Amino acid sequence: MSMGAISGNPLLQLQDLTVLRGSRRVVDGVSLTIGPGEFVGLIGPNGAGKTSLMRAALGLLPHQGGSNLAQMTPGVRARAAAFLPQGREIAWALSVADLVALGRTPWGRSGAADAAVSNALARMGLTDFAARRATELSGGEQARVLIARALAQDTPLLIADEPGAGLDPEAQIRMMTVFADLAAEGRSVLASVHDLGLAARHCTRLVMLHQGRLVADGPPAQVLEPGLLARVFGIEAHIADGTDGLIFQPLRVIR
Amino acid sequence: MRPAAPWRFARWGLGITAVALAVAVAQGAAADPLPTRPSGAQMPSRVVSINLCTDQLAMMLAAPGAGAKPGQLISVSTLASDPMSSSMAAEAAAYPANRGSAEQVFMMNPDLVLAGTFTSRATVDLLRRLGVRVVEIAPVTSLQGVSDQIRQVAAALGRFEAGEALVARFEADLAALAPPSDSQASRLRAALYYPNGYTIGKGTLSDDILARTGFINIATELGRAGGGNLAMELLVMAGPDLVVTSKPYPGASRSEALLRHPALAQLGAQDGQAALLATSDADWICGTPHVLRAVAEMRAAHQRAIAGPAAPMQSLP
Amino acid sequence: MTARSVSAFASGRGLSIRLLTVLLVLAVVLLFCASLLVGPAALGLGESLSALFAGKGGPVVLVMQEIRLPRAILGLLIGAALGLSGAAMQGFLRNPLAEPGLIGVSGSAALGAVLALQTGLAAAFALALPLAALAGAGLSAALILILAGPGGGALALILAGVAISALAGAATSLVLNLSPNPFAAAEIVYWMMGSLADRSFTHVWLAAPLILAGMVALMTLGRGLDALSLGEDAAASMGLRPGRMRLVLILGTAAAVGASVAVAGAIGFVGLVVPHILRPLVGARPSRLLPLSALGGAAVLLAADVAVRLIAPDRDLKLGVLTALIGAPFFLHLIWTMRRAEA
Repeated sequence: MSMGAISGNPLLQLQDLTVLRGSRRVVDGVSLTIGPGEFVGLIGPNGAGKTSLMRAALGLLPHQGGSNLAQMTPGVRARAAAFLPQGREIAWALSVADLVALGRTPWGRSGAADAAVSNALARMGLTDFAARRATELSGGEQARVLIARALAQDTPLLIADEPGAGLDPEAQIRMMTVFADLAAEGRSVLASVHDLGLAARHCTRLVMLHQGRLVADGPPAQVLEPGLLARVFGIEAHIADGTDGLIFQPLRVIR
Repeated sequence: MRPAAPWRFARWGLGITAVALAVAVAQGAAADPLPTRPSGAQMPSRVVSINLCTDQLAMMLAAPGAGAKPGQLISVSTLASDPMSSSMAAEAAAYPANRGSAEQVFMMNPDLVLAGTFTSRATVDLLRRLGVRVVEIAPVTSLQGVSDQIRQVAAALGRFEAGEALVARFEADLAALAPPSDSQASRLRAALYYPNGYTIGKGTLSDDILARTGFINIATELGRAGGGNLAMELLVMAGPDLVVTSKPYPGASRSEALLRHPALAQLGAQDGQAALLATSDADWICGTPHVLRAVAEMRAAHQRAIAGPAAPMQSLP
Repeated sequence: MTARSVSAFASGRGLSIRLLTVLLVLAVVLLFCASLLVGPAALGLGESLSALFAGKGGPVVLVMQEIRLPRAILGLLIGAALGLSGAAMQGFLRNPLAEPGLIGVSGSAALGAVLALQTGLAAAFALALPLAALAGAGLSAALILILAGPGGGALALILAGVAISALAGAATSLVLNLSPNPFAAAEIVYWMMGSLADRSFTHVWLAAPLILAGMVALMTLGRGLDALSLGEDAAASMGLRPGRMRLVLILGTAAAVGASVAVAGAIGFVGLVVPHILRPLVGARPSRLLPLSALGGAAVLLAADVAVRLIAPDRDLKLGVLTALIGAPFFLHLIWTMRRAEA
C-alpha cells in the first residue's frame, strides 16, 4: 500500500466496498485510498469488477461499505470528482465546444467561453475541432472530446472507465501524458486501463482487481510481477526497466 | 332500460340528431307513388315496421281499436320506444321491438315491411330478394305532406277508412292552429340549433313548422336548404330572437356541450329577446299528427315573445 | 485557438439563436392574430380588432371575445405545451422519435378525459376533466419510461408506444360506444384527432393553469437534459439527479399534455416535427431547444388551426389530420435516417 504518499484529505476513500449482483459479489470488500497527485491505473481482466467499483465509488450503483464520494450530495460530488463512463454516448449533434462545456455544469455555468473549456480542448488537442459537430467525428475523436468534457469539470479527482479504448497510439500516449500531467499538478486520476504497457509506463500506481477483490496495490513494478500476472491475467510478459521507465510487453497465454 | 339511441345512429349511419335527420334527408327524395287501392284480400296481416316514422303511423292506423284486425302490426323498431325520439314511446312498449336487421325481420315472417327511404339499402334489397314486400316511405318535408304520408301508410296497410279519418282530424287540428298574421310573423327570427352546430333550412318539416308559427328560419334566410352545420359565429352574427334546440341525452358529449357555449348564453342576455328554448325532439321528427304539438308549442313561444319585454316593437297598424 | 476565439465563436451562434427567437415570437404573434381574424363570419379587420377590446356589445364583440379569442389562446397554449413536451421527452429519452402523441401519452390522456366525462365526474366537479386526463397521461408516460427507459432505443420506444396507443384508443372507443349518449360514439375521431372548434373561455380556464404549471416544470429540465446528452452516468456524475428529472418530466408532461387533450383532444406530431426542425438551428442543445420548441409548437398549431378553417370552413376538419399529414412524412424520414445511422 502506498499510504505514505498521501498528504492531506484523501480524494477517494473506499472502505470495504462491496457490490452485489444477485448473490454474486462483483466487487468484494475493496478498501482503497487515493490522495492528491496520483495517477492510479485500475487493472484486471474482463469481469474483474473495475466498472462496478468505479460506479459504486461514485454512488451510481447500490453498494455496501463506504465511499466518501457516494456520501456526498450529487452537487458537491460533481465538484469533487469527474467521471468518464465507458459507454460513449453523444445523443445529439452538439458542437465539440458545447459538449465540452457541459463539464462546467456542476459549477453553475456551461458557457463554451469558459477558460476551463478552452484549456480542456487544448489539452486534448481539440481546439481546431471546437465548431465541429461531435457526432460527425470519428470514434477516437469522440473519445477525446468526452475526455475533454471530463477535464473541463475541473475536479481534484478524475475517474475514467477505459478512456483509451478506441484511441490510436498517438492519442493513447497523449491521453496518458495528460493524465500524468494532471497528477503532477496535484490532481488525481483513477482510470481503468487494459493496455498494461501504457499503464506500466505512465501510472504512478496500479490497483489490480481479480474477481471483485483487490489483489495488488502499489507502484507498477511491484504490481506487475510474474506470479500475479499468471494468476490474474493468465499471461506471461516481458518486463524490463528501460531508460524511459518500465517496459511491459505481454508474450503469451499460459492457461 | 337504456334508451336505444346509439342504435338509431348506427342504423342510419349518421351522427346527427334524429330531428335533423328525418328532415334533412328529405331534399330530393322521391316518395313512392301512392299504391293503388288493393282488394280486401291483399290486406297484409303481418306487418313489421323498421322505421321510426312508419312505426308511429302504423301504430295509429293499425291500432286494435276501431275495428282493426288484431295483430296486424307485429313489430315496431326499437327507436319507437325511445322517448327522446318517439312521440309514442308508451304505445310502442306493447309491440315486440326489432332492430331492423334483415335476418331478424325475416324471421318474423312478415307479409309487409314498412321502411323509410333512408333505411339501409342492403336491408331493403335483401328482404325483397327473400320475397318480402317492402314499402318505403319518404320523410315528410312540410305540414301539408303529413296528410299524404298518412294516406300512403294507410294504403299500404289496407286501412283506408282509418287513414281518411286520421287525415280529417289532423287537418282540422292544423286549421285550428291558425298562423299569426303576416305583420307579426315578419318580426321574429328563429334558429334551429342542434348538437354539433347542426341546423335545418328550407324544404324541411322543421322549417315549415317555424314558417307556420310566425318565425323566419335563420338557416333559410342564410340560403341553407335541408340540414347542415352552421358555424356558431354565423349564428351569433345572425342574432336570432329565438334559438330552438334539443334536450340533451344522458351521458356527456362534446357535440351537445356546444349548446352550453357562453356565446349562446350571452346571445340571449344581449338584447333581452333571444331565449333558448329546449324542445322535445320527438314531435319534430316525423310527419305524423303529433307534429301538431310542436306547432302548438312554437305558436305559444311566438305569442310569448311578441308579448314579452320587446313590447314597444309590436305596435301594429 | 484561444479562449477568446472559442468565446467569439460561441457568441456568434448566440446571435443567430436570438434572431431565431425573435422570428419565432413574431410568427406566433402573427399567427395568433390570423387565428383571431379567420372565421366563417366575414368581419372587417378594424371592426374585429376593436370588438376585441370593446366592453359589452353586439354580435361582433361576442364572436371575437367569446368564440375566436379562446380558440386562439388555446391554440397558442396547447401548441406550446405539445412542442415543449416533445422536446423534453426527446431530450430525456435521447430519442428523436419520442412524442406524446405517438407514444400514447395523448391517447391515454384522452381516455382519462372520456372516462371523466362519461362517468359524470366532470359534470360534478369541473377540474375532474383535466385532472383525469393528467392521470391518464402520467400513467402512460411512466409506463413508457419503464418499458423503453432512457437510451432504451428507438425500437423499444416505438413498440411500447404502439401498444399503449392501441390500448388507450381501444378503451376510449369502448367507453364512448357504451355511452348512453348517441353523439358520444361519433366523437371518437375528435378524441383521436383533436379540434379547437367552438371552444370557450370555460375551457381556457380549465386547461390554462395546468398547462402553464406543466410547462414551467418542463422548462426547469433544460440544464439536466443537456447533461443527459452524454448518458445517465455522466449526467449523474455532473451533479444531476436523473431520477428526480424523470419525475418532473412525467408530471410536467402529464399536466401540459393532459390538460391540452382534455379540452382539445389528442393532436399528434407537433411535438415531433417542431423539435426536429429546430434542433439543428440551436446547435442541438436540449436546453435551448425547450423554449424554442414551445414557440415553434405554438406557431405550428395556430397555423394548423387557421388552415383547417380555410381548407374546410363548414366541416370541422380535425387538427390532427393536418398535423399528421405534415408530420407523418417527417416521422418516416426520421426513421430512415436513424436506420441509416445505425447501419
